Amino acid sequence: MPLNLAARRLASSLAGRHPALFERLGEQASKTFVIDPTDLPFVFLLEPRPQAPRLVAVRREAAGAWDARVAGPLAALIGLVHGAYDGDALVFSHDLVLEGDTEAVLALRNAIDNEEIDLVDEVFAPLGPLAVLATAPARRLAALLGGLTGVALTRGAGGSLA
Amino acid sequence: MTSPGSLELVCPAGTPAAFRTAVEAGAHAVYCGFNDETNARNFPGLNFSRVEMADSIGFAHRHGAKVLIAVNTFPRAGAFELWTRAVDDAAGMQADAVILADLGLLDYAATTHPALRLHVSVQAAAANADAIAFYARNFGVRRVVLPRVLSVQEIAAINRDIDIETEVFIFGGLCVMAEGRCSLSSYATGKSPNMNGACSPASHVEYREEGGDLVSRIGGFAIHRVKAGQAAPYPTLCKGSFEAGEYRGHVFEDPVSLDAASLIPQLAAAGVTALKIEGRQRSRAYTQTVVRNFRRALDALAAGRPIPAGELRALTEGQRTTSGAYNKTWR
Repeated sequence: MPLNLAARRLASSLAGRHPALFERLGEQASKTFVIDPTDLPFVFLLEPRPQAPRLVAVRREAAGAWDARVAGPLAALIGLVHGAYDGDALVFSHDLVLEGDTEAVLALRNAIDNEEIDLVDEVFAPLGPLAVLATAPARRLAALLGGLTGVALTRGAGGSLA
Repeated sequence: MTSPGSLELVCPAGTPAAFRTAVEAGAHAVYCGFNDETNARNFPGLNFSRVEMADSIGFAHRHGAKVLIAVNTFPRAGAFELWTRAVDDAAGMQADAVILADLGLLDYAATTHPALRLHVSVQAAAANADAIAFYARNFGVRRVVLPRVLSVQEIAAINRDIDIETEVFIFGGLCVMAEGRCSLSSYATGKSPNMNGACSPASHVEYREEGGDLVSRIGGFAIHRVKAGQAAPYPTLCKGSFEAGEYRGHVFEDPVSLDAASLIPQLAAAGVTALKIEGRQRSRAYTQTVVRNFRRALDALAAGRPIPAGELRALTEGQRTTSGAYNKTWR
Protein backbone atom coordinates (compact mmCIF):
# COMPACT_ATOMS: atom_id res chain seq x y z
CA MET A 1 0.00 0.00 0.00
CA PRO A 2 1.68 3.29 -1.12
CA LEU A 3 0.28 5.09 1.91
CA ASN A 4 2.03 2.72 4.30
CA LEU A 5 5.24 3.01 2.30
CA ALA A 6 5.07 6.79 2.74
CA ALA A 7 4.24 6.35 6.43
CA ARG A 8 7.25 4.06 6.92
CA ARG A 9 9.49 6.54 5.13
CA LEU A 10 8.17 9.36 7.27
CA ALA A 11 8.81 7.43 10.51
CA SER A 12 12.30 6.51 9.38
CA SER A 13 13.06 10.08 8.35
CA LEU A 14 11.85 11.45 11.68
CA ALA A 15 14.16 9.06 13.55
CA GLY A 16 17.16 10.09 11.50
CA ARG A 17 16.55 13.80 10.99
CA HIS A 18 14.70 14.85 14.14
CA PRO A 19 16.25 13.23 17.23
CA ALA A 20 15.25 16.29 19.29
CA LEU A 21 11.61 15.38 18.72
CA PHE A 22 12.08 12.20 20.75
CA GLU A 23 14.07 13.99 23.46
CA ARG A 24 11.23 16.48 23.82
CA LEU A 25 8.69 13.64 24.02
CA GLY A 26 10.62 12.07 26.91
CA GLU A 27 8.70 9.25 28.58
CA GLN A 28 5.68 9.96 26.37
CA ALA A 29 7.60 8.32 23.50
CA SER A 30 6.52 4.98 24.92
CA LYS A 31 2.84 5.74 24.30
CA THR A 32 0.69 4.64 21.35
CA PHE A 33 -1.19 7.38 19.52
CA VAL A 34 -4.09 7.10 17.13
CA ILE A 35 -4.08 9.96 14.63
CA ASP A 36 -7.61 9.93 13.26
CA PRO A 37 -8.41 11.94 10.11
CA THR A 38 -12.17 11.86 10.56
CA ASP A 39 -12.88 12.51 6.87
CA LEU A 40 -10.93 9.43 5.77
CA PRO A 41 -11.77 5.73 6.20
CA PHE A 42 -8.56 4.86 8.06
CA VAL A 43 -6.44 6.06 10.98
CA PHE A 44 -2.72 6.21 11.65
CA LEU A 45 -1.14 4.34 14.55
CA LEU A 46 1.94 6.14 15.82
CA GLU A 47 4.48 4.58 18.18
CA PRO A 48 7.22 7.23 18.47
CA ARG A 49 9.95 4.98 19.90
CA PRO A 50 13.29 6.82 19.49
CA GLN A 51 15.17 3.83 18.03
CA ALA A 52 12.39 2.44 15.87
CA PRO A 53 9.42 4.77 15.43
CA ARG A 54 6.42 3.18 13.74
CA LEU A 55 3.68 4.87 11.73
CA VAL A 56 1.13 2.70 9.99
CA ALA A 57 -2.29 3.25 8.41
CA VAL A 58 -4.99 0.84 9.53
CA ARG A 59 -8.75 0.58 9.19
CA ARG A 60 -10.43 2.59 11.96
CA GLU A 61 -12.03 -0.51 13.51
CA ALA A 62 -8.65 -2.30 13.55
CA ALA A 63 -6.81 0.36 15.54
CA GLY A 64 -6.56 -1.85 18.64
CA ALA A 65 -5.37 -0.51 22.01
CA TRP A 66 -4.03 3.03 22.24
CA ASP A 67 -3.11 5.58 24.89
CA ALA A 68 -4.23 8.76 23.17
CA ARG A 69 -6.38 9.70 20.19
CA VAL A 70 -6.20 12.92 18.21
CA ALA A 71 -9.11 13.27 15.80
CA GLY A 72 -10.00 15.93 13.28
CA PRO A 73 -10.26 16.68 9.57
CA LEU A 74 -7.15 15.80 7.57
CA ALA A 75 -6.65 19.51 6.82
CA ALA A 76 -6.45 20.30 10.54
CA LEU A 77 -4.02 17.47 11.29
CA ILE A 78 -1.69 18.30 8.41
CA GLY A 79 -1.95 22.02 9.16
CA LEU A 80 -0.90 21.32 12.75
CA VAL A 81 2.21 19.45 11.63
CA HIS A 82 3.13 22.27 9.24
CA GLY A 83 2.57 24.99 11.83
CA ALA A 84 -0.35 26.53 9.93
CA TYR A 85 -2.74 26.09 12.85
CA ASP A 86 -2.63 26.44 16.61
CA GLY A 87 -3.57 23.24 18.43
CA ASP A 88 -5.29 24.96 21.36
CA ALA A 89 -7.42 27.04 18.98
CA LEU A 90 -8.47 23.88 17.13
CA VAL A 91 -9.54 22.33 20.45
CA PHE A 92 -11.44 25.49 21.43
CA SER A 93 -13.36 25.31 18.13
CA HIS A 94 -13.83 21.49 18.26
CA ASP A 95 -11.98 21.07 14.98
CA LEU A 96 -9.70 18.82 16.99
CA VAL A 97 -10.89 16.26 19.54
CA LEU A 98 -8.56 14.64 22.07
CA GLU A 99 -9.18 11.45 23.96
CA GLY A 100 -7.17 9.43 26.44
CA ASP A 101 -3.79 10.54 27.75
CA THR A 102 -3.86 14.35 27.44
CA GLU A 103 -0.30 14.70 28.74
CA ALA A 104 0.98 12.48 25.94
CA VAL A 105 -0.94 14.47 23.31
CA LEU A 106 0.41 17.75 24.64
CA ALA A 107 3.98 16.47 24.58
CA LEU A 108 3.53 15.19 21.02
CA ARG A 109 2.00 18.46 19.85
CA ASN A 110 4.82 20.52 21.39
CA ALA A 111 7.55 18.20 20.11
CA ILE A 112 6.21 18.27 16.54
CA ASP A 113 5.66 22.03 16.61
CA ASN A 114 9.29 22.58 17.58
CA GLU A 115 10.66 20.48 14.72
CA GLU A 116 9.24 22.62 11.90
CA ILE A 117 8.50 19.48 9.90
CA ASP A 118 7.63 19.50 6.21
CA LEU A 119 5.96 16.21 5.27
CA VAL A 120 7.07 16.37 1.63
CA ASP A 121 10.71 16.80 2.66
CA GLU A 122 10.45 13.99 5.22
CA VAL A 123 8.90 11.44 2.86
CA PHE A 124 11.60 11.95 0.23
CA ALA A 125 14.53 12.42 2.63
CA PRO A 126 15.51 8.70 2.49
CA LEU A 127 16.41 9.21 -1.20
CA GLY A 128 19.44 11.20 -0.06
CA PRO A 129 20.96 13.45 -2.73
CA LEU A 130 18.26 12.36 -5.18
CA ALA A 131 15.55 13.73 -2.90
CA VAL A 132 15.72 17.11 -4.54
CA LEU A 133 14.60 15.54 -7.84
CA ALA A 134 11.46 14.20 -6.19
CA THR A 135 10.65 17.01 -3.76
CA ALA A 136 10.53 19.81 -6.34
CA PRO A 137 7.68 18.31 -8.42
CA ALA A 138 6.02 17.01 -5.25
CA ARG A 139 6.07 20.53 -3.82
CA ARG A 140 4.52 21.96 -6.96
CA LEU A 141 1.79 19.30 -6.83
CA ALA A 142 1.26 19.93 -3.11
CA ALA A 143 0.98 23.68 -3.72
CA LEU A 144 -1.57 23.07 -6.48
CA LEU A 145 -3.62 20.66 -4.38
CA GLY A 146 -3.27 22.89 -1.33
CA GLY A 147 -4.63 25.83 -3.28
CA LEU A 148 -7.62 23.76 -4.39
CA THR A 149 -8.40 22.13 -1.06
CA GLY A 150 -7.26 24.69 1.54
CA VAL A 151 -5.02 22.07 3.13
CA ALA A 152 -1.54 23.29 4.17
CA LEU A 153 0.26 20.44 2.42
CA THR A 154 3.72 21.94 2.94
CA ARG A 155 5.34 23.96 5.71
CA GLY A 156 4.84 27.64 5.26
CA ALA A 157 1.64 27.18 3.26
CA GLY A 158 -1.43 28.72 4.82
CA GLY A 159 -4.45 26.54 5.40
CA SER A 160 -8.11 27.24 5.84
CA LEU A 161 -10.62 25.25 7.81
CA ALA A 162 -14.24 25.45 6.78
CA MET B 1 3.67 58.92 30.03
CA THR B 2 5.33 56.61 27.53
CA SER B 3 5.51 57.37 23.83
CA PRO B 4 3.53 54.64 22.04
CA GLY B 5 6.45 54.25 19.68
CA SER B 6 8.78 53.25 22.50
CA LEU B 7 6.53 50.58 24.03
CA GLU B 8 8.33 47.25 24.29
CA LEU B 9 6.54 44.16 22.96
CA VAL B 10 7.28 41.16 25.20
CA CYS B 11 6.37 37.89 23.53
CA PRO B 12 6.05 34.27 24.68
CA ALA B 13 8.04 31.25 23.53
CA GLY B 14 7.58 27.67 24.72
CA THR B 15 10.00 26.08 22.26
CA PRO B 16 13.09 27.21 20.35
CA ALA B 17 11.02 27.20 17.13
CA ALA B 18 8.41 29.48 18.68
CA PHE B 19 11.25 31.64 19.99
CA ARG B 20 12.68 32.17 16.51
CA THR B 21 9.16 32.78 15.20
CA ALA B 22 8.56 35.48 17.84
CA VAL B 23 11.81 37.28 17.04
CA GLU B 24 11.18 37.13 13.30
CA ALA B 25 7.59 38.36 13.78
CA GLY B 26 8.82 41.49 15.52
CA ALA B 27 9.19 40.80 19.26
CA HIS B 28 11.32 43.36 21.08
CA ALA B 29 11.79 40.84 23.88
CA VAL B 30 10.99 37.16 24.32
CA TYR B 31 10.21 35.51 27.66
CA CYS B 32 10.72 31.80 28.21
CA GLY B 33 11.73 29.24 30.83
CA PHE B 34 13.86 26.20 31.52
CA ASN B 35 12.31 22.74 31.14
CA ASP B 36 11.59 22.14 34.82
CA GLU B 37 9.34 23.32 37.63
CA THR B 38 11.15 26.66 38.02
CA ASN B 39 8.72 28.36 35.65
CA ALA B 40 4.95 28.67 35.61
CA ARG B 41 4.45 26.89 32.27
CA ASN B 42 5.97 23.53 33.19
CA PHE B 43 4.05 21.52 30.59
CA PRO B 44 5.03 18.28 28.84
CA GLY B 45 7.17 18.81 25.75
CA LEU B 46 7.54 22.51 26.47
CA ASN B 47 10.42 24.81 27.41
CA PHE B 48 14.16 24.96 26.96
CA SER B 49 17.13 22.80 27.83
CA ARG B 50 20.25 24.71 28.90
CA VAL B 51 21.77 24.30 25.44
CA GLU B 52 18.56 25.42 23.70
CA MET B 53 18.34 28.46 25.97
CA ALA B 54 21.92 29.52 25.31
CA ASP B 55 21.42 29.09 21.54
CA SER B 56 18.15 31.04 21.64
CA ILE B 57 19.71 33.92 23.57
CA GLY B 58 22.43 34.10 20.93
CA PHE B 59 19.81 34.13 18.18
CA ALA B 60 17.83 36.92 19.88
CA HIS B 61 20.88 39.09 20.49
CA ARG B 62 22.02 38.71 16.88
CA HIS B 63 18.57 39.99 15.85
CA GLY B 64 18.46 42.85 18.37
CA ALA B 65 15.89 41.26 20.68
CA LYS B 66 16.09 40.77 24.44
CA VAL B 67 15.52 37.57 26.41
CA LEU B 68 13.73 37.50 29.75
CA ILE B 69 13.93 34.16 31.59
CA ALA B 70 11.03 33.31 33.86
CA VAL B 71 12.06 31.61 37.11
CA ASN B 72 8.74 32.51 38.58
CA THR B 73 7.47 29.62 40.66
CA PHE B 74 7.96 29.43 44.42
CA PRO B 75 10.87 27.20 45.53
CA ARG B 76 9.98 24.15 47.55
CA ALA B 77 11.53 23.81 50.98
CA GLY B 78 14.62 21.67 50.67
CA ALA B 79 14.91 22.14 46.91
CA PHE B 80 16.02 25.78 46.70
CA GLU B 81 19.10 24.80 44.70
CA LEU B 82 16.99 23.97 41.62
CA TRP B 83 15.81 27.59 41.52
CA THR B 84 19.17 29.21 42.33
CA ARG B 85 20.79 27.14 39.58
CA ALA B 86 18.22 28.48 37.12
CA VAL B 87 19.10 32.06 38.13
CA ASP B 88 22.86 31.30 37.95
CA ASP B 89 22.49 29.76 34.49
CA ALA B 90 20.36 32.65 33.22
CA ALA B 91 23.03 35.09 34.42
CA GLY B 92 25.80 32.99 32.87
CA MET B 93 24.00 32.87 29.52
CA GLN B 94 23.75 36.67 29.39
CA ALA B 95 19.96 36.76 29.69
CA ASP B 96 18.74 40.35 29.65
CA ALA B 97 16.64 39.82 32.77
CA VAL B 98 15.14 37.16 35.01
CA ILE B 99 11.51 37.27 36.02
CA LEU B 100 11.15 36.23 39.67
CA ALA B 101 8.32 35.99 42.20
CA ASP B 102 9.80 34.54 45.38
CA LEU B 103 11.34 36.92 47.95
CA GLY B 104 14.14 34.51 48.84
CA LEU B 105 15.05 34.03 45.21
CA LEU B 106 14.96 37.77 44.56
CA ASP B 107 17.34 38.23 47.49
CA TYR B 108 19.62 35.49 46.16
CA ALA B 109 19.68 36.97 42.65
CA ALA B 110 20.29 40.52 43.88
CA THR B 111 23.12 39.40 46.16
CA THR B 112 24.79 36.86 43.87
CA HIS B 113 24.33 38.57 40.51
CA PRO B 114 24.20 42.33 41.16
CA ALA B 115 24.53 43.10 37.44
CA LEU B 116 21.57 40.89 36.49
CA ARG B 117 18.41 42.84 35.70
CA LEU B 118 15.49 41.69 37.86
CA HIS B 119 11.80 41.81 36.98
CA VAL B 120 9.02 40.98 39.43
CA SER B 121 6.74 38.32 37.97
CA VAL B 122 2.98 38.68 37.76
CA GLN B 123 3.04 35.67 40.10
CA ALA B 124 4.15 37.98 42.92
CA ALA B 125 0.83 39.87 42.65
CA ALA B 126 2.48 43.23 43.36
CA ALA B 127 -0.61 45.39 42.90
CA ASN B 128 0.19 48.64 44.71
CA ALA B 129 2.96 51.22 44.80
CA ASP B 130 4.15 50.34 48.32
CA ALA B 131 4.65 46.67 47.48
CA ILE B 132 6.48 47.56 44.27
CA ALA B 133 8.67 50.10 46.07
CA PHE B 134 9.62 47.37 48.54
CA TYR B 135 10.91 45.18 45.70
CA ALA B 136 12.78 48.11 44.15
CA ARG B 137 14.33 49.27 47.43
CA ASN B 138 15.42 45.87 48.71
CA PHE B 139 16.42 44.02 45.55
CA GLY B 140 17.08 46.72 42.97
CA VAL B 141 14.24 45.41 40.81
CA ARG B 142 13.92 47.34 37.54
CA ARG B 143 10.49 46.26 36.33
CA VAL B 144 7.26 44.82 37.70
CA VAL B 145 4.73 42.79 35.73
CA LEU B 146 1.38 44.00 37.03
CA PRO B 147 -1.36 41.50 37.88
CA ARG B 148 -4.38 41.47 35.60
CA VAL B 149 -6.69 42.93 38.24
CA LEU B 150 -5.93 46.64 37.77
CA SER B 151 -7.78 49.31 35.79
CA VAL B 152 -5.91 51.71 33.51
CA GLN B 153 -6.51 54.48 36.08
CA GLU B 154 -5.01 52.33 38.86
CA ILE B 155 -1.99 51.56 36.68
CA ALA B 156 -1.50 55.29 36.05
CA ALA B 157 -1.70 55.97 39.79
CA ILE B 158 0.89 53.28 40.52
CA ASN B 159 3.24 54.62 37.85
CA ARG B 160 3.07 58.10 39.37
CA ASP B 161 4.30 56.70 42.68
CA ILE B 162 7.09 54.33 41.63
CA ASP B 163 10.49 54.74 40.01
CA ILE B 164 10.66 51.45 38.09
CA GLU B 165 9.14 50.19 34.85
CA THR B 166 5.76 48.48 34.58
CA GLU B 167 4.78 45.72 32.17
CA VAL B 168 1.16 44.74 31.57
CA PHE B 169 -0.59 41.91 29.75
CA ILE B 170 -2.14 42.97 26.46
CA PHE B 171 -3.40 39.68 25.02
CA GLY B 172 -4.07 36.05 25.96
CA GLY B 173 -5.50 33.88 28.70
CA LEU B 174 -6.89 35.38 31.88
CA CYS B 175 -6.74 34.18 35.48
CA VAL B 176 -9.45 35.25 37.85
CA MET B 177 -7.43 34.95 41.05
CA ALA B 178 -4.88 37.39 42.42
CA GLU B 179 -1.96 35.90 40.64
CA GLY B 180 0.50 33.72 42.49
CA ARG B 181 -2.14 33.09 45.14
CA CYS B 182 -4.43 30.65 43.34
CA SER B 183 -4.41 27.10 44.60
CA LEU B 184 -7.65 26.02 42.97
CA SER B 185 -5.89 23.53 40.71
CA SER B 186 -4.29 21.75 43.66
CA TYR B 187 -7.68 20.88 45.19
CA ALA B 188 -8.43 18.65 42.19
CA THR B 189 -4.94 17.55 41.14
CA GLY B 190 -2.52 18.13 44.02
CA LYS B 191 -0.53 20.46 41.76
CA SER B 192 -0.65 24.22 41.29
CA PRO B 193 1.09 26.78 39.08
CA ASN B 194 2.75 28.34 42.09
CA MET B 195 4.61 25.26 43.28
CA ASN B 196 4.78 22.96 40.26
CA GLY B 197 4.48 25.35 37.38
CA ALA B 198 1.34 23.79 35.97
CA CYS B 199 -2.26 24.84 36.43
CA SER B 200 -4.63 21.93 35.83
CA PRO B 201 -1.79 19.69 34.61
CA ALA B 202 -2.45 17.67 31.47
CA SER B 203 -1.69 14.45 33.38
CA HIS B 204 -4.96 14.99 35.26
CA VAL B 205 -7.10 16.08 32.29
CA GLU B 206 -9.45 13.76 30.46
CA TYR B 207 -11.61 14.52 27.42
CA ARG B 208 -14.39 12.17 26.38
CA GLU B 209 -17.19 12.32 23.82
CA GLU B 210 -20.47 11.40 25.55
CA GLY B 211 -23.75 11.44 23.67
CA GLY B 212 -22.50 13.97 21.13
CA ASP B 213 -21.16 16.28 23.85
CA LEU B 214 -17.52 16.84 24.67
CA VAL B 215 -17.00 16.27 28.39
CA SER B 216 -13.79 17.36 30.09
CA ARG B 217 -12.69 16.19 33.52
CA ILE B 218 -9.89 17.32 35.79
CA GLY B 219 -8.74 15.03 38.56
CA GLY B 220 -11.85 12.94 37.92
CA PHE B 221 -14.26 15.88 38.30
CA ALA B 222 -16.41 16.75 35.28
CA ILE B 223 -16.05 20.49 34.71
CA HIS B 224 -17.48 21.02 31.22
CA ARG B 225 -20.06 19.50 28.95
CA VAL B 226 -19.89 21.30 25.64
CA LYS B 227 -22.14 20.65 22.67
CA ALA B 228 -20.87 20.44 19.10
CA GLY B 229 -20.50 23.93 17.71
CA GLN B 230 -19.95 25.51 21.13
CA ALA B 231 -16.51 26.89 21.92
CA ALA B 232 -14.56 24.84 24.46
CA PRO B 233 -12.42 26.48 27.14
CA TYR B 234 -9.21 25.27 28.75
CA PRO B 235 -9.89 22.44 31.19
CA THR B 236 -9.24 24.51 34.31
CA LEU B 237 -11.43 24.60 37.40
CA CYS B 238 -11.77 28.39 37.25
CA LYS B 239 -13.37 28.13 33.80
CA GLY B 240 -15.58 25.19 34.79
CA SER B 241 -19.34 25.12 34.70
CA PHE B 242 -20.99 24.35 38.04
CA GLU B 243 -24.31 24.44 39.87
CA ALA B 244 -24.55 26.84 42.80
CA GLY B 245 -28.02 27.22 44.24
CA GLU B 246 -30.31 28.19 41.39
CA TYR B 247 -27.40 29.16 39.15
CA ARG B 248 -25.82 26.86 36.64
CA GLY B 249 -22.84 28.08 34.63
CA HIS B 250 -19.39 29.62 34.99
CA VAL B 251 -19.30 30.34 38.70
CA PHE B 252 -15.75 31.68 38.84
CA GLU B 253 -14.96 33.08 35.41
CA ASP B 254 -16.28 33.05 31.86
CA PRO B 255 -14.02 31.35 29.32
CA VAL B 256 -12.87 34.50 27.59
CA SER B 257 -9.48 35.93 26.68
CA LEU B 258 -7.84 39.31 27.12
CA ASP B 259 -7.44 41.56 24.08
CA ALA B 260 -6.59 45.13 25.07
CA ALA B 261 -5.22 46.27 21.70
CA SER B 262 -7.64 49.17 21.62
CA LEU B 263 -6.27 50.40 24.98
CA ILE B 264 -2.62 50.64 23.93
CA PRO B 265 -2.70 54.47 23.72
CA GLN B 266 -4.26 54.71 27.20
CA LEU B 267 -1.75 52.24 28.63
CA ALA B 268 1.08 54.27 27.13
CA ALA B 269 -0.42 57.43 28.60
CA ALA B 270 -0.60 55.64 31.96
CA GLY B 271 3.19 55.25 31.85
CA VAL B 272 3.45 51.55 31.01
CA THR B 273 6.84 50.52 29.54
CA ALA B 274 6.10 47.09 28.10
CA LEU B 275 3.18 45.09 26.74
CA LYS B 276 3.15 41.36 27.32
CA ILE B 277 1.50 38.65 25.24
CA GLU B 278 0.45 35.55 27.19
CA GLY B 279 0.86 32.07 25.69
CA ARG B 280 4.12 30.21 26.20
CA GLN B 281 2.06 27.01 25.96
CA ARG B 282 0.80 27.92 22.50
CA SER B 283 2.13 26.94 19.08
CA ARG B 284 4.37 28.91 16.73
CA ALA B 285 1.26 29.53 14.59
CA TYR B 286 -0.26 31.47 17.51
CA THR B 287 3.04 33.21 18.22
CA GLN B 288 3.49 34.34 14.65
CA THR B 289 -0.05 35.64 14.23
CA VAL B 290 -0.35 37.43 17.56
CA VAL B 291 3.15 38.92 17.67
CA ARG B 292 2.90 40.17 14.09
CA ASN B 293 -0.50 41.68 14.85
CA PHE B 294 0.68 43.60 17.91
CA ARG B 295 3.95 44.70 16.32
CA ARG B 296 1.89 46.12 13.46
CA ALA B 297 -0.29 47.94 16.01
CA LEU B 298 2.73 49.47 17.77
CA ASP B 299 4.34 50.50 14.49
CA ALA B 300 1.07 52.14 13.39
CA LEU B 301 0.80 54.07 16.64
CA ALA B 302 4.41 55.19 16.41
CA ALA B 303 3.71 56.53 12.91
CA GLY B 304 0.57 58.32 14.12
CA ARG B 305 -1.78 55.98 12.29
CA PRO B 306 -4.81 54.26 13.86
CA ILE B 307 -4.37 50.70 15.13
CA PRO B 308 -5.23 48.31 12.28
CA ALA B 309 -8.07 45.91 13.02
CA GLY B 310 -6.74 42.49 13.93
CA GLU B 311 -8.76 39.31 13.88
CA LEU B 312 -7.41 37.22 16.70
CA ARG B 313 -10.64 35.92 18.15
CA ALA B 314 -10.32 32.49 16.51
CA LEU B 315 -7.13 31.96 18.52
CA THR B 316 -8.68 32.77 21.88
CA GLU B 317 -10.13 30.63 24.62
CA GLY B 318 -13.91 30.72 24.41
CA GLN B 319 -13.48 32.45 21.03
CA ARG B 320 -14.43 35.65 22.86
CA THR B 321 -12.34 38.54 24.07
CA THR B 322 -12.52 41.20 26.77
CA SER B 323 -10.49 44.18 27.91
CA GLY B 324 -10.69 42.65 31.39
CA ALA B 325 -10.05 44.77 34.46
CA TYR B 326 -8.48 47.58 32.42
CA ASN B 327 -12.01 48.84 31.84
CA LYS B 328 -13.28 47.92 35.29
CA THR B 329 -16.92 48.86 35.62
CA TRP B 330 -17.90 46.84 38.65
CA ARG B 331 -16.58 49.15 41.34
